[in-house]
Amino acid sequence: VQIDWAAIGPEIALAVTALVVLLTDSFLKGDAKRFTNPLTAVGVVIAIGLTLVIYGDGRETFDGMFVASDYALVFKLLLLGTFLAILAVSYHYFSEGRYFQGEYYFLLISAFVGMLIIPSARDLLLLFVALETVSIPAFVMAGLRKRDLYSSEAAIKFFLIGVLAVAAMLFGISFIYGATGSTALEDIAAAFAADATPDPLLMGAILLVIAGFGFKVSAVPFHFWAPDTYSGSPLPVTAMLAVASKAAGFAGLVAVTFIAFEPYAELWAPAMGVIAVITMTLGNLLALQQRDIVRLLAYSSVGQAGYVLVPFGLAQAGAVEINQLAVQAVLFYLIAYAVMNVGAFAVVIGVARHTGRRLISDFAGLGYRSPTMAITMTVFLLSLGGAVPLVGFWAKFVVFQAAASAAAYVLATAVVINTVLAFFYYLAVVRTMWFGEAEPGAGYIRPGRLLGGTAGVLAAVTLILGVFPAYQNLPVGDETAEPPDTVAAAES
Amino acid sequence: VTWENSAITIALLLPLVGAAAIGLMPSHADRATRLAAVAITGVAFGVVTAITLGFDFGTGGQLQYELRVPWIDVLDTHYHVGVDGISLPLFFLTYLLTFLCAIYTLAHLPPPGKPKGFLALMLLLQTGMAGTFVVFDLVLFFVFWELVLVPMYFMIGIWGGPRREYASVKFFLYTLLGSVFMLVAFIAIFFQAGAAGIEAPWDIVVLSETGIEAARTFQIVAFAGVFLGFAIKVPMWPFHTWLPDAHTEAPTVGSVLLAGILLKMGTYGFVRIALPILPEGAVVFAPIIGVLAVIAIIYGALCCLAQTDVKRLIAFSSVGHMGFVMLGVASLTERGVQAALYGNIAHGVITGLLFFLAGSLHERYHTREMGEIGGGMLVKMPRYGALLVYTAIASLGLPGLAGFWGEFAALWAAINPAEVLADYEGLYLALVIGGAIGTVLTAAYFLWMIQRVSLGQPPRRWSEEALADVLPLEWAAWAPLALIILALGVWPRFVFGVQDPAVQRLVGFIGGS
Repeated sequence: VQIDWAAIGPEIALAVTALVVLLTDSFLKGDAKRFTNPLTAVGVVIAIGLTLVIYGDGRETFDGMFVASDYALVFKLLLLGTFLAILAVSYHYFSEGRYFQGEYYFLLISAFVGMLIIPSARDLLLLFVALETVSIPAFVMAGLRKRDLYSSEAAIKFFLIGVLAVAAMLFGISFIYGATGSTALEDIAAAFAADATPDPLLMGAILLVIAGFGFKVSAVPFHFWAPDTYSGSPLPVTAMLAVASKAAGFAGLVAVTFIAFEPYAELWAPAMGVIAVITMTLGNLLALQQRDIVRLLAYSSVGQAGYVLVPFGLAQAGAVEINQLAVQAVLFYLIAYAVMNVGAFAVVIGVARHTGRRLISDFAGLGYRSPTMAITMTVFLLSLGGAVPLVGFWAKFVVFQAAASAAAYVLATAVVINTVLAFFYYLAVVRTMWFGEAEPGAGYIRPGRLLGGTAGVLAAVTLILGVFPAYQNLPVGDETAEPPDTVAAAES
Repeated sequence: VTWENSAITIALLLPLVGAAAIGLMPSHADRATRLAAVAITGVAFGVVTAITLGFDFGTGGQLQYELRVPWIDVLDTHYHVGVDGISLPLFFLTYLLTFLCAIYTLAHLPPPGKPKGFLALMLLLQTGMAGTFVVFDLVLFFVFWELVLVPMYFMIGIWGGPRREYASVKFFLYTLLGSVFMLVAFIAIFFQAGAAGIEAPWDIVVLSETGIEAARTFQIVAFAGVFLGFAIKVPMWPFHTWLPDAHTEAPTVGSVLLAGILLKMGTYGFVRIALPILPEGAVVFAPIIGVLAVIAIIYGALCCLAQTDVKRLIAFSSVGHMGFVMLGVASLTERGVQAALYGNIAHGVITGLLFFLAGSLHERYHTREMGEIGGGMLVKMPRYGALLVYTAIASLGLPGLAGFWGEFAALWAAINPAEVLADYEGLYLALVIGGAIGTVLTAAYFLWMIQRVSLGQPPRRWSEEALADVLPLEWAAWAPLALIILALGVWPRFVFGVQDPAVQRLVGFIGGS
């Protein structure tokens, strides 16, 4: 087989970095181990460079099993950018906590290798392998603080539910292979398109595969692991799970639903719509009850996943325009979500680094204890809610736009109501920071340049993308570089 | 780049830049910060005055100072700004009131102080409010519309009264709920207009040329969404419940800007967007709007009669006054829309001044309870007392002052609703009677308030105390408003004349007289 090495350049760069980090770590002692962090960052920057180099080429390799379309590359840039931010927030956390730094960065890179593959994968088996490459290091990372019972609980819960979801998915894949004789997404689509009335068993199989991804993106009812795992894991790992791993899960979900299952959209799209509404409503309702900021962000991320699921509920077989808008909405929402949610975690880590606590009430008076942290956090929370002129508003806007184009006003109304609902708890944090009184004697908080800088940069991006949402530059919907998803949609 | 196409952008950017500049000032420079805010708002007011003087009133129906450049290509949205006769008075009022608020802040700022944050938020708010009145792209309109929420939320939440947290959250969420529905309606209009082959489906000017070509049901549904957004902002009964809390708890400057400008965004939205773009929806909703408006007039007046807190009374009076404004809108005639826009301005000036006065009342007495003040203000502080009586009388609609024309013209217009509403003539007659009863009740509660706080002799606890009469800085902030009230009352064409050509253009095709 002829392999296009440039197409898999970013993945190779990361894989090499992983080995280098693991090797270097064993020669470093004590404090010096913290240099694995900048070393990793170098690898990520190289991977970003390699991604940019092949941008616009529209390469594919392994017989079309792996495509490096612009759409996939934007996803990779999103993931790699998130990776850099996560490295920035990991540095102090792991070097001061004296956790297993070399191992952590190795595992983190491994997980990202898997994530990078997902948006390019056009075969169920490759998708499955990539998903496992994300999940298995993540199980270990969740339990890295192994003297902490909660961390162990986080890992075990994550592992058990994760394995269950993967088993269900494999089961579904086997049925689909049996029915269509292929695991390649486009072949499956072609086989489905030829058979207008699917076997009920096949419908079950489709739902099982979707459920496997539902676990990854913490859609209700596969979300049970999320809050406990998020709150027990080391905080940078939580940020990774809540943003990067979730974005990768959505990338996979886009591929299987909009390419492979597209001919049967009339059957699964309503189910996705229902899941979307339940996910956002339940996530937001539960978030209202939280007192721990990490758990609040965990449930908020469940709610946010609900919004991202809405475009899936709009899919229609053969409706290229609507499907394009839907895929575009997913991609843009994920970019916005990554910026603002990693930012929020950067602030939480910064405050916890100083105070060692993470109840919402510990944020009381933050506006006067650390104006920069409080201002950036306010920006992130308001953006998560969808206030103007922040990127979160446009994320909601594209979802509304996609919904209106498909005349799905019930879904749009559900998003409207949930937007207001979510503001209750985002504003509760804002209120605590600005209107609340700090405990007597509570001093000024200095999160350090790295964390403060990360939060500042992300807040600036939130604002800039809020004024100039650059999503006209996204490849999705572009005539010259039509993503394979919509090509498949057009063919059927 | 010429003055003609950049003037509005300059006016919009000045407060933003000013907010950033104030944010960078050291926090101990208290006095300097306040003076800087006066300077910034003063310069911005100067720019807007220049715009007003250069405005060609003869062609007030056309957009002037127009600028239209692409903003987000893929969405086909444009940065489209301009002023016409409908925008100009509100645009001017925004800059005037903010300038006066900055002057007032030189003298008074409620705890916890921190003028830096307060004034930066006020300037941010100014950009949001001003932008709403001069942009002609639905997406951009929504962005400016929403921009006012966050600064006002913090203004109420940090500098507000005892129940500030409750009031600020209620204000934010209530308004948000309406506006997100409005956004969905906007997007639906965009797709509908695009499907009908309109070139620029976000452009308010283009869309309101003929109204959107769409099925009646679509128009009704879209109007319902837009209606929720605007009705909550106005606020119309029964969506008004955020208002008394927000107004009462907000700091003085916040109340002045809320009553003076924020509420106007709602009526402006009805006139600028809802009626012209969705004319058929408007015809269906007009009787409903009329009924809700008259309920608001009477309900607001009855609530006022039950208040003991001066500020809360003024807050509820806004509900009633905005009822008159909406009654004018509900007639769907040129005269009615004129009355509504005029009432907007008059209410902004009068109620703005009333909230200033209520704020200063609290600075002096440290209470706003009418029972505790106990009367005698005209004896104790003759100038202040006289000003309060003057403004209250203007508010109750005495002919010769600004409040009269809006109410009178609204009732007059409602007697003769547009021809398309011919089926509802009986209803409109009943509405006019209800509104007329409302004017009597309005007079009653204001006179009662004057009697309780201004007339008679001051009770012993106050006669001993030294209460300052109107301070020079307060004169500076209030005198312009007091003069405008008189000027508009004597010569209402100040506003009517400016609006006339623009209103004719907008309302002409609905089929009114």
